[in-house]
Amino acid sequence: MHAAPAELSQRNRRVGLYALLAALAMLGLGYASVPLYRLFCQVTGFQGTTQRVSAAQAASVKVAAATMSIRFDGNTDRDLPWEFKPQQVTQTVRLGERNLAIFTAKNLSNRPIVGRASYNVSPDDAGKFFNKVQCFCFTEQTLEPGQEVRMPVIYFVDPSITKDEDGKDIRQITLSYTFHEDKDASADLAAKAKVASKGLDRAGNAR
Amino acid sequence: MATTAETFQAHGDAHDHAHDHDHKPAFFARWFMSTNHKDIGTLYLIFAIFAGIIGGAVSGLMRLELEQPGIQYLTLWATWFDGKPAEMNTALHLWNVLITAHGLIMVFFMVMPAIIGGFGNWFVPIMIGAPDMAFPRMNNISFWLTVAGFCSLMFSAFVPGDTTGLGAGIGWTAYAPLSTYGSSGPAVDFAIFSLHLAGAGSIMGAINFITTILNMRAPGMTLHKMPLFVWSVLVTAFLLLLALPVLAAAITMLITDRNFGTTFFDASGGGDPVLYQHLFWFFGHPEVYIMILPGFGIISQIISTFSKKPVFGYLGMAYAMVAIGVVGFIVWAHHMYTTGLSVNTKMYFTAATMVIAVPTGIKIFSWIATMWGGSLSFKAPMVWAIGFIFLFTVGGVTGVVLSNGGIDDNLQDTYYVVAHFHYVLSLGAVTSLFAGFYYWFPKMSGKMYSELLAHIHFWVFFVGVNLIFFPMHFLGAQGMPRRYPDYPAAYEHWNHVATDGYKIMAVSVLIFFINIAYAFIAGKKAEDNYWGEGATTLEWTLSSPPPFHQFETLPVIEDAHHH
Repeated sequence: MHAAPAELSQRNRRVGLYALLAALAMLGLGYASVPLYRLFCQVTGFQGTTQRVSAAQAASVKVAAATMSIRFDGNTDRDLPWEFKPQQVTQTVRLGERNLAIFTAKNLSNRPIVGRASYNVSPDDAGKFFNKVQCFCFTEQTLEPGQEVRMPVIYFVDPSITKDEDGKDIRQITLSYTFHEDKDASADLAAKAKVASKGLDRAGNAR
Repeated sequence: MATTAETFQAHGDAHDHAHDHDHKPAFFARWFMSTNHKDIGTLYLIFAIFAGIIGGAVSGLMRLELEQPGIQYLTLWATWFDGKPAEMNTALHLWNVLITAHGLIMVFFMVMPAIIGGFGNWFVPIMIGAPDMAFPRMNNISFWLTVAGFCSLMFSAFVPGDTTGLGAGIGWTAYAPLSTYGSSGPAVDFAIFSLHLAGAGSIMGAINFITTILNMRAPGMTLHKMPLFVWSVLVTAFLLLLALPVLAAAITMLITDRNFGTTFFDASGGGDPVLYQHLFWFFGHPEVYIMILPGFGIISQIISTFSKKPVFGYLGMAYAMVAIGVVGFIVWAHHMYTTGLSVNTKMYFTAATMVIAVPTGIKIFSWIATMWGGSLSFKAPMVWAIGFIFLFTVGGVTGVVLSNGGIDDNLQDTYYVVAHFHYVLSLGAVTSLFAGFYYWFPKMSGKMYSELLAHIHFWVFFVGVNLIFFPMHFLGAQGMPRRYPDYPAAYEHWNHVATDGYKIMAVSVLIFFINIAYAFIAGKKAEDNYWGEGATTLEWTLSSPPPFHQFETLPVIEDAHHH
């Protein structure tokens, strides 16, 4: 066959290996895209992802004279037996000023449920100007059967929205939350309650 | 296909082994444990034709249902299929199963196996003067993984897809959440697994082609002397290598979201279903070039052969394909204009998408320039190739229309999109497949087909497919949405025309099979170079069919050799 088949087969193996490594690298990139995508959304406000700031950062923002109308929306996943709604439909706020909005949630079922809220703002371009200092959506929320809670959001709209090409025409921003059940956390809770009720609580060792 | 003839030949060899200078193995070892690139290419072609018949029959069912407004057959078929009286939801689920099956079969089990596995395996080693592929045994695994993937997809039709019926009804895109908590049954797992298998087979095939083309070219066959079909397969192999693993990652996340409690694409756990679309289309857009680029290569060989001229602008043609491949990776979000992209993002993807029209235009005009002033002969492959140029250009033009983010807001998920991608694939890629088949069939089988039947096949096919898909532009522009089995009566006329077109196209496929049968039964023996002086690549230096092992002494390519 070929003049030096052994040498050729070694060269083939090397090129084949490089190609395989390229494929594996792309596979890795596919998985790496999950955290990268999240980071991308947080940094750019892509698809109406809101920004999260500390109280100190918020205090340094200068309040402007211009105002913005904020509309609130609260809904739940169809499988979650909660009643969840904003207490106020709209607020008119000054840009840069910190504001408080309240949402209420009530567990309509007879079991404790852990919920987690997903969120965004509309229009999407407002995402990078909408800052949350404190929000119930940062953590999971547990509601006992029949329990009703008031949940605060502290937020402000960055005054630089008026200077942004995409943001300058925005007059109203809708802040929307959807509560989903964290089924694993709810199941853990139920399991713990079962153990406790049998008097076998080993909370110190178990989780 | 070569099978029938060579199968008998192989049987004959077993009895008469002493006189067999080719040392062909016996039937089972030859076809089931094959490591010969020509045999594996033949297997791929047979498999692709088989899968194409199934995928084509599925589209026939859909066209039958769409012939008139209302639901005529779907409930009846669902009753047969599920074995119990079907409710409306079961019938509608069957529709989703049909569109899923048609898309997946045609993309992964018809076009890709035929154009890359079939023609690529057959002619890439021969055209570069190599005795075989770099990794012959991996070549065998690639093929059987594809078959296993097909079996997994077929099996999925017989297990529940969700609570309403059997089969996976998730579309070829398998968007979450429809493919995660939207479809609870095991059918979806089998459908996704079939993509894993076919994808793994294709990645192995890509590694094989890259290694073969980079390492095993005959002395004197530099990269810039390779025939354009080899260039096209090289670019395609790189696209496969870089795109398919991303699909594998995405659908593995679907599997773990479905079965192991992860929430990559589920908002309740902090995931985002739109991320699936990004991952899918990062694969999906290069995938459409994977299906069409080898077709470009085939058309270049044919136009050059029947114009008796080297291809106009050889280097421009080769690097146009490289450019299409590179730019193809950075335009994916034009499939997602309505997912809430910002205006600036849409502007970028619109502009980047339109840029692809430039290298594509280079190819179209270079083909025309090759014909210009050539000594043209309108043999069957040439007629198919010219048909390809026409049909692909129509599909390309509607692609430029759809690339506009603003216009796409209106046309997204309408029949205009269906018309567009069928013009480039069903008419473009499939026409290039038939062109390549008529070009190389006598080389592969040693038998000439009927030239007359091949021409009749072309014209009937051409009329049929245009009647199916051209009216879909009108339907889409008027707002008829994709993926529904029913429509308002206003759309009836053009749907009726499209179904008539399908019947004509089906007749053309019948002519195709009659022609193959004719070739095997009564076809004249093919000469070594039956196309004459225009055919200059290395396969024409070999007998028809080529010997079981070719180029035991490597050919040397002289400087003056044509492309």
